[in-house]
Amino acid sequence: MARKKKKAEVSGQKQYKKRSIAAEVWRNYKKNPSAMIALVLVVIIVFVAIFAQFFYDFKKDIVKQHIKEKFQKPSAEHWFGTDNYGRDVFTRVIYGTKYSLSVGVVAVAISCIVGVTLGLIAGYYGGFIEDLILRFCEVFTGIPSILMGVALMTAFGQSIGVLMLAIGLVYAPMYCRTTRAAVLPVRDQEYIEAARVAGVGDLGIMFNHVLPNALSPIIVQVTMGVASAILCASGLSFLGLGVPIPMPEWGAMLSEGREFMRDYMYLTIFPGLAIMITVLSFNLMGDGLRDALDPKLKQ
Amino acid sequence: MARYIIRRLLLMIPVLICVSFVVFFLMDLAPGDIVSQMAPADATPEQIEMLREEMGLNGSVLQRYGRYLWNLLHGDMGTSLSLKRPVMEVFIERLPATLKLAFASIVIALLISIPLGIAAATHHRTWLDGSSVVLSMISVSMPAFWLGLLLIFAFSYKIKLFPSGGSGSFKYLILPALTLGTEQAGNLTRITRSSMLDVIRQDYLRTARAKGVSEKQVIRKHALKNALIPIITVLGSTLGNAFGGAVAIETVFAWPGIGRLTVAAINSRDMTLATGCIIMFTLMLNLTLLIVDIAYAYVDPRVKARYSK
Amino acid sequence: MENNRILDIENLVVRFETDDGIVRAVNGLSLQLEKGHSIGLVGETGAGKTTTALSILRLVPDPPGVVECEKLSLDGRDIISMPIKELEQIRGKDVSMIFQDPMTALNPVFTVGEQIAESIFLHEDVSRAEATRRAIDMLELVGIPGERANEYPHQFSGGMKQRVVIAIALACHPKLLIADEPTTALDVTIQAQMLDLIRSLREKYSTSLIMITHDLGIVAEICDEVAVMYAGSIIEKGTLEDVFNRTKHPYTEGLFNSIPNLNDRKAMLTPIQGFTPDPTDLPSGCAFWPRCPYACEVCKKEQKDIRISDTHYVRCSRYEEKDFRINRKEIS
Repeated sequence: MARKKKKAEVSGQKQYKKRSIAAEVWRNYKKNPSAMIALVLVVIIVFVAIFAQFFYDFKKDIVKQHIKEKFQKPSAEHWFGTDNYGRDVFTRVIYGTKYSLSVGVVAVAISCIVGVTLGLIAGYYGGFIEDLILRFCEVFTGIPSILMGVALMTAFGQSIGVLMLAIGLVYAPMYCRTTRAAVLPVRDQEYIEAARVAGVGDLGIMFNHVLPNALSPIIVQVTMGVASAILCASGLSFLGLGVPIPMPEWGAMLSEGREFMRDYMYLTIFPGLAIMITVLSFNLMGDGLRDALDPKLKQ
Repeated sequence: MARYIIRRLLLMIPVLICVSFVVFFLMDLAPGDIVSQMAPADATPEQIEMLREEMGLNGSVLQRYGRYLWNLLHGDMGTSLSLKRPVMEVFIERLPATLKLAFASIVIALLISIPLGIAAATHHRTWLDGSSVVLSMISVSMPAFWLGLLLIFAFSYKIKLFPSGGSGSFKYLILPALTLGTEQAGNLTRITRSSMLDVIRQDYLRTARAKGVSEKQVIRKHALKNALIPIITVLGSTLGNAFGGAVAIETVFAWPGIGRLTVAAINSRDMTLATGCIIMFTLMLNLTLLIVDIAYAYVDPRVKARYSK
Repeated sequence: MENNRILDIENLVVRFETDDGIVRAVNGLSLQLEKGHSIGLVGETGAGKTTTALSILRLVPDPPGVVECEKLSLDGRDIISMPIKELEQIRGKDVSMIFQDPMTALNPVFTVGEQIAESIFLHEDVSRAEATRRAIDMLELVGIPGERANEYPHQFSGGMKQRVVIAIALACHPKLLIADEPTTALDVTIQAQMLDLIRSLREKYSTSLIMITHDLGIVAEICDEVAVMYAGSIIEKGTLEDVFNRTKHPYTEGLFNSIPNLNDRKAMLTPIQGFTPDPTDLPSGCAFWPRCPYACEVCKKEQKDIRISDTHYVRCSRYEEKDFRINRKEIS
């Protein structure tokens, strides 16, 4: 209880010292070596996702088949070997970064817009509206995300846009709950009351006063959300329901490589590693952010 | 307590109805039509319409959902369109495999995570703590189906120890359970560690030490029982998710579980089977969560007091 | 003489090695207590009283705590080199402790009966049923109806919880009881009840007592001797009369001047100037000199124990000067 109160006090100050808080968070974050490694990795991954398409030509390097060169073991020429169509796996893995990452980021953006808004409304108004929204969330979280994803993908057709939407909707209830939980302690703070007395409208209070002070858990959730969205997307693609082939999405590559696993294991190892490193980076970054945002929680 | 349980059970009904509504309509939106798939290739449009009526698929989506819900409320989940057998029967047939995998994996997860989480918390900021954090982070960041593939490669291709897929004797269970268990262990270790770290600083442990309780007992008896609540929460949702959410792992190991059945049903546009499976799944998840809430009462007397009010 | 001591501490040093520097909690503390006697350990928050108490049970958290001393013996047995198994047998049996905050001192998931019985079961050769029965007796002894043994801590009020904590501490009739501000967290009306309870139980079992407090009134109420602590060492020690009536140390004088006088309501309070020193950066010499109205150059360099009488000594170098007196009048 005492800790909760302290936390509210800290976030209460945030409003007046926004810049120093950001500096403080960065100062804390820097102290954590694994979080720093994760940050560097995330920067590299984002960089690769953005610029790989300028180095490789989609038609020539990614989907064109070279049947003569199929199933070559990893070598100096083909770092990760070649697949059953003779395509260079390394190039495909590098190029595929943009699919996983963009699905992760856009899906989280969708979850955020839907979830945070609903969570804000639920937390701020309370009462019947809160009940209704929470029940609604319960219905959606009652279905496992992967099954819900499968159903959504089937209903709206298989494409990368639908994949983003499906994953975004599947995870939205989580953001809704996090936001609501973060808003609850802020709602009764005196500065909210003060804003109301000063004649600020509900919307203004929600977005200018409540949200900034409930931001820390949402930031952490977003970072880790990218990680789980990428995992979920790779799972759907693995089941043949994500990004359509021949796009070099990691999950889809895994699914293709699986058929030749007995003899050509490297076809499954590298895309899996790519998923793991990306997801791990975002998770570690989220962990580091959580510690940095709320040093009191760190033991 | 009994009143609380009954209230919770009644509250599940609207949730289940909403779930059935959502799934039914999503399935209706899906392109592709099971009737034309089932009809012989040379069937005339009239014959297809007749078949549609036979299968109970005529009328608007609201009419069909109305019929479905009416039957559902009478305990009839309908007949699978693709398998031509009652949904309940198909579901029950797959249930043992699902439960077996779910419980085996959770046992493995608990055996790994509870000791590891406790050791990490009691050896805070040592190499043991650090490696437990890294290991659990890796386990939650790894696509589980990929781990499954690696295990198949190692233990059924290279060392021919276990079958690579299918179901049957105990041997078939080991690799899938290990895969799913490892995935769950990551999360459970993290929660065990953080919740033990929270408890370890509490004053009442000092009281226990001051009256001469040995360090081992302080941790196992006094601390662990207090740290259990968040662990049980995560345990419940993990177990619940294992009932139907392990689709990719079931696919990798050709495990005949409900998850794979549901995906197959969705793919073949078998909306009665798909809706039925997801309803049953949601029911199982909700029952698990209810059991978790009841378990709280046994662990924490403060919760018990709240229920009996 | 030696055998008659329940507690003998010689030159105890405790420091906490944290990221933010070394916190010097206890600095060269020596303390002897005769069997059956009671001593009040008085000082401000942060003076190292609780750390001293925890050292006696060897419960100082390690890391970050480091405990060193020349001698620490309890009833003639050396605590410092004692193996952990033996230590566990002594804790709760020969020496037990009442903690400051009853709200957090009890385990929320066990009944109070279980928590008292555990102590008895651990230390005495009795069955669980017998331990439970004796736990109920113990509850009644501290004024709680025995049938409440099956209730959980959250069902008790603060004062009731402290009674339970006292019952746990006294369940095995320890030779030495350490009470760490047992009344601070309680209402004033409950405080008197607690003191009465501790006093009567102490007389019943002839337990030696270390009463840690910052309240001189409590000391006068319950103790035979007083040791005043400042910045981790004892700066004045003597019988109740010695310290209360023939106060020697300027800090002790400051403490007395800070107590509101009910008999003379026009009198002004004279608080001690300044703040308690930062334990990561203690002043050289006598730790009190920056706040001391009598401080001179000598005080910045050294501090000496000056013996006033057989029972009374003070750690203040100024008493080497023959005619040094503090303002507070001696009462005889």
